[in-house]
Amino acid sequence: MIKAEQKPIEEILEYLAPHDHILLSGCGACVTVCHAGGEKEVALLASALRMARQSAGRPLEILEVTPARQCEPEFAQELTDTIGRVQAVLSLSCGVGVQTLTRHFPVTPIYPGVNTAFLGETVEHGLWAERCQACGNCILEKTAGVCPIARCAKQLLNGPCGGSSNGKCEIKRETDCAWQLIYDRSKSLGQLHRLTEIIPAKQWGTQSRDSGPRSIAREDLKV
Amino acid sequence: MSSFDPKIVAFCCEQSGVPAAEMAKHLNLSLPERLELVPVPCSGRIETLHLLKALEGGADGVVVFACHEENCRYLKGNVRLKGRVEYARRILAKIGLQQERLEIFRLATNSGVKFAEFLAQKADQLGQLGPNPGKKE
Repeated sequence: MIKAEQKPIEEILEYLAPHDHILLSGCGACVTVCHAGGEKEVALLASALRMARQSAGRPLEILEVTPARQCEPEFAQELTDTIGRVQAVLSLSCGVGVQTLTRHFPVTPIYPGVNTAFLGETVEHGLWAERCQACGNCILEKTAGVCPIARCAKQLLNGPCGGSSNGKCEIKRETDCAWQLIYDRSKSLGQLHRLTEIIPAKQWGTQSRDSGPRSIAREDLKV
Repeated sequence: MSSFDPKIVAFCCEQSGVPAAEMAKHLNLSLPERLELVPVPCSGRIETLHLLKALEGGADGVVVFACHEENCRYLKGNVRLKGRVEYARRILAKIGLQQERLEIFRLATNSGVKFAEFLAQKADQLGQLGPNPGKKE
């Protein structure tokens, strides 16, 4: 899922400075799971912002809402009446949700309240780690289910670099070397022979973000 | 002593803070005038939001009376509380409120005297700080 973390309150207060009445909108999907923008985080940030502005002598009125998924047009449209009653929206959803509101509400400023960080996994409670870079052409079947694009600092496709030492990466010593993980898992699966297959260079220019924003169209689903 | 009489919200764990408060009352110990006791089944029940809401809703200071570490009936409730109070204190610092407005005090069931003494010190400290500027008018 998408992982995010809340922006510093000081930064948020700066861009809310011109406003006295806002909507603070969370999202019930990914950012709820990573405790960055769910219902609880909305209530907590709203309380902090109200106290900050009260202390500064300029009270801030905040409506709170947490749609199930802010990145879906149906849920965004449900906010129409509420957004009509405020001067601006502070969104705790990922960058996608912010832009969904931007598309639907052209005359209302929509501010981001979190920094969208990566596509990742919950390793343990309170710890999330990057696992996918949405490169557009998954090769996990060739790498024993461990992604060298997301988890190798150099995105190497055919084995580790010379900096892999004792199973750790030379870029970040606390990080596991992705290719060590790939080797170990291939061995435990009895598939070491697969590592002799050469993985061709990725077509970054045509399959990834390098050629501009991507989209997926399913004609069978369009109404 | 300050002339300002602060409002204190005290969350009390039922395994330690509540019996300590009852002992303090039983011993007729002096307690701050504007004290609101909030019993909770375990200090781990207290969310960061509860701490901020108490301050936003009118408290000048918030205290949590919790069990000593490694002495939680529910194993890790008071450890969870510690993380939440630290997080709330960092938020207070960022929004310009004094961190002294929020504190944990660890005690046992028979700590009625400590309970009253700590609250007296806290009331004095909050009196020096003055009213919480972030609370609703």
